[in-house]
Amino acid sequence: MAQFAEPASAHDDTHAAATGKRLRKLVAVTALPAVLTLIFLSLTPSIAGGDILRWAMPWFPGLGVSLSLYVDGLGLLFALLISGIGVVVFSYASVYMEHYAFNTRFFIVLTLFMLSMLGVVLSDNIITLFVFWELTTITSYLLIGFTHDEAKSRYSALQALLVTGLGGLAMLAGLILLGLIGGSFELSDLRAGTVDIREHGLYGAILALVLIGCFTKSAQFPFHFWLPNAMAAPTPVSAYLHSATMVKAGIYLMARLHPTLGGTDGWVWALTLAGGITAVMSSVWSLYQRDLKQVLAWTTIMGLGTLTLMLGGGDKYAVMGAMTFLVVHCLYKATLFLAVGAIDHATHTRDRDELSGLRRAMPKVFALSVAAALSMAGLPPFIGFIGKEVMYEGALHAATLPALVAGFALAANAMMIGAAGIVAVAPFIGPERSWPAPPHDPPLAMWLGPAVLGTLGLLMGLLPFWLADPLIGPATSAVYGSPVSVHLALWHGINLPLLLSLATFALGYACWHFRAPIRAALERTAARVPLTAEQGYDHALAGVKAFAAWQTRVLQHGSLRGYLGTIFATIVILTGWSLVRGNVLPMQTNLLDATGFAWAAALLIVAGTATAIVANSRLTAICALGAVGVGTAMLFAVHGAVDVALTQVLIDILFVILLAIALLELPPLDRFRPRLSLANGFAAVVSLAIGALMTVILISITSLPLDTRITEYYEAMSVPAAHGRNIVNVILVDFRALDTLGEIAVIALAGLAAYALISLRQKTLTARRDDDGSVQ
Amino acid sequence: MTSLILSTATRLITGLMLVFSVFLLLRGHNEPGGGFIGGLVAVIAFALYGKSRGTAEARRALYVHPNVLSLIGLGCAVAAGVVGMLFGEPFLTGKWLFVGGGDGDKGWPLSTILLFDIGVYLVVVGAVLSVIFAMEEEI
Amino acid sequence: METLLALLVGFLTAAGIYMMLNLNLVRFMFGLVLISNAANFTILAAGRYEGAVPALVPEGLKTVTTSVANGLPQALILTAIVISFGILAFSVVLILRTYQELGTVRSDRMRIADTTDYAPKATAPDGQGASEVAGS
Repeated sequence: MAQFAEPASAHDDTHAAATGKRLRKLVAVTALPAVLTLIFLSLTPSIAGGDILRWAMPWFPGLGVSLSLYVDGLGLLFALLISGIGVVVFSYASVYMEHYAFNTRFFIVLTLFMLSMLGVVLSDNIITLFVFWELTTITSYLLIGFTHDEAKSRYSALQALLVTGLGGLAMLAGLILLGLIGGSFELSDLRAGTVDIREHGLYGAILALVLIGCFTKSAQFPFHFWLPNAMAAPTPVSAYLHSATMVKAGIYLMARLHPTLGGTDGWVWALTLAGGITAVMSSVWSLYQRDLKQVLAWTTIMGLGTLTLMLGGGDKYAVMGAMTFLVVHCLYKATLFLAVGAIDHATHTRDRDELSGLRRAMPKVFALSVAAALSMAGLPPFIGFIGKEVMYEGALHAATLPALVAGFALAANAMMIGAAGIVAVAPFIGPERSWPAPPHDPPLAMWLGPAVLGTLGLLMGLLPFWLADPLIGPATSAVYGSPVSVHLALWHGINLPLLLSLATFALGYACWHFRAPIRAALERTAARVPLTAEQGYDHALAGVKAFAAWQTRVLQHGSLRGYLGTIFATIVILTGWSLVRGNVLPMQTNLLDATGFAWAAALLIVAGTATAIVANSRLTAICALGAVGVGTAMLFAVHGAVDVALTQVLIDILFVILLAIALLELPPLDRFRPRLSLANGFAAVVSLAIGALMTVILISITSLPLDTRITEYYEAMSVPAAHGRNIVNVILVDFRALDTLGEIAVIALAGLAAYALISLRQKTLTARRDDDGSVQ
Repeated sequence: MTSLILSTATRLITGLMLVFSVFLLLRGHNEPGGGFIGGLVAVIAFALYGKSRGTAEARRALYVHPNVLSLIGLGCAVAAGVVGMLFGEPFLTGKWLFVGGGDGDKGWPLSTILLFDIGVYLVVVGAVLSVIFAMEEEI
Repeated sequence: METLLALLVGFLTAAGIYMMLNLNLVRFMFGLVLISNAANFTILAAGRYEGAVPALVPEGLKTVTTSVANGLPQALILTAIVISFGILAFSVVLILRTYQELGTVRSDRMRIADTTDYAPKATAPDGQGASEVAGS
């Protein structure tokens, strides 16, 4: 467009063109998530009515793998979050990513991620689910390392890949066990199946393996450390993958498998402890961070921990709490991330010590941050308040130790209020600062989406049945395993959850008020932590690298004799050992029926070989090997192998010709003087041992009867089917022509390769000569 | 290696050996011989020619580059295999055409098998000569 | 007859391996020749000795009438001979070129590819250590 602009109005037209380009890009990148959101929204009424959509296509039928989609309440809730938040993030990123290189690549990978994530939550087949799961890991790797010219990005990307990838492998093992024991690889069959996995002896192993996968993906302690590092990704990615969607994949799977694996002591304790510790620990550390994105990352871990904690509870209120909080968390967390991104975009810093007084410069961002923070803090009338109430209700109904669960939740929620203040309020209040470039509100595409999410948080708080009936209810029923009617409301009367909420507010205000001393105290504590999980990871990785380097040095020592010696010695040991401990082999010798001619040929071979070994001159060696070839041809002739004998003779001639040419250029042989050294002794022992083994094995093979059916078939069919009387040739060019085709391909390649080796040298020589000429 | 006797004799011997190599190739299906053996004989003939009259001369006598020859050979072999597929049979199924056949006499057999064997012959000649010529020129 | 072949195979294998364990690559190549002969004899012996009559169907007959040599191992050996010659020709050229480039035919003195030091670098806390893996 710009190239048609007249010089006079160039500026206006360029501006218009840039706006038009932005708009086109915005539409292009948000089209797919928007369409998907509409599709999922249109499915909501029927799914809420209890329908289940299924579609399947066999993929590897023999392995029980199929590409099957299954849309129920749980899947639909996740799918809506993924595509809906997707619309917001994609439109935001279309502006945010303008100044980054490789924009197209970014959106391709982000789109691939979205589709893989939808694949995870909509797959019914557990192997397909795993494939999509790993695809999210890979796309996450690419997105964290998107600014790959920074060492920190590469390090973080690799860390996320290794932690979640290894967890994924453990999970695969667990899922395969699950499928084999349950008799089906379809999740819906497993839920409806007659086999109760929980009764099976391998239940513990399955649970542990699957939970390792879920815990690594959803950043549960002690695998949480990769998530804060993943903040090296551009902010839209952090908002989308590492807060709202991908890290919820582990939560999704735990929820999905809840009817199949949940409810046992192992399940309850693993989830309660991991979730509780994660929630409390991460909310403490969120108060310590300087970087606003890090604060959000640690609060995300807290959110994931809380979700795990609730799923461990197992009660229907707990499940309901988890599903509600899932939506709440997505809404406010995506908004806050995008707000922090906007601050970063405008001021080029995310350091909480450097940011203050932005309320006048960025009023829109301030407003939507506060809206999200109120939801995060769980204040009425936002949906966050309802989420917290339901969560406390669920905690108090927990299967084991409700006080513990409620305590975990209370502590985490209180600190969450402090963190919400730090992220969403502190940067905007206080004295205004002077900035190199005056901060300003971002363009529409960057604030509209977060504003919609913030408004949704408020609307759903005021009209909770909007959320409860079509989404939370069906999802809770799917997780709980039987229909649950969900009723959400702001006011439940004065009860224990309300009292807990009040306590939370009081504690939370204290966290906010004393944020500076708390941080100073945490700083002192951080210095005293002897080993963080991340250091553990670093040590493990360094150990693996050191081991790899060590074993490379030991195994890849570069000595040809060493390699061959190892291979041959292995042959001796393995074959010899199985010969010794195996059954006694039949050993029938028939040396006496060898003809005199055969003996003569054998003697020629032996003499030639012996001469070749001890030869000190090249010519002697060639002649000796020629004699070996002649003897070999004679022995072939004795066996009636006319064609082979002929070939052997011709090859022998060519061999001598070839060596005669080559040895003119090669240095003379060093004198054959075998010293009594370790290497020589080893060579002698190993070669004699293999020789003896070959003799023994061959004698026992030839003592056994031979199955001649193939030979008889060839003899019978040679003339009738292949019109040839020379059976050997017929086998070569007709019956087993494919072998021969492969063989002549090898020959042709060997010729080409040898030719290339030599002509390469001739080219180098010519080049060198040219260089010399130019110098002189 | 510029002996006059050798040089004169090789012209004759090379020709004879080449004819013999083709003879071996063609009779291979019924008597000892075939593409490998015929090919090796032809290689020796050319190697001898090269030894006595120089590699450049031998290359001229061969007319095409040895690598081209071996690739043509591979092409022949694959083509022979494809013919069977045109008749809806598996790759490398032999197809026969008997020219001038009558009662009791099959006539002159033309077959994809022969084409295949010619391919083998050409590959052997091309590949081995490629190495030998290159080495001769290298030294 | 097979016993003679078996003894010969043992001898050729031992001689071949002994020479392949020599540091001189020319001797290594001789060992390669010997060991491929041994392999061919192994196949031959596995097909048993059936007399010296070649595996040819007599003129005018549909199939063989008398006991003839086993044709199957012969076809396999024929392939093996030609392939091992191809490999040998290639290794001759390879050794020749190596000698021209490095000036030695002893495998223990050919260290041109092994100049990289594989010693592990300490993983720096700022992620420098990981950058080699992630960046490659």
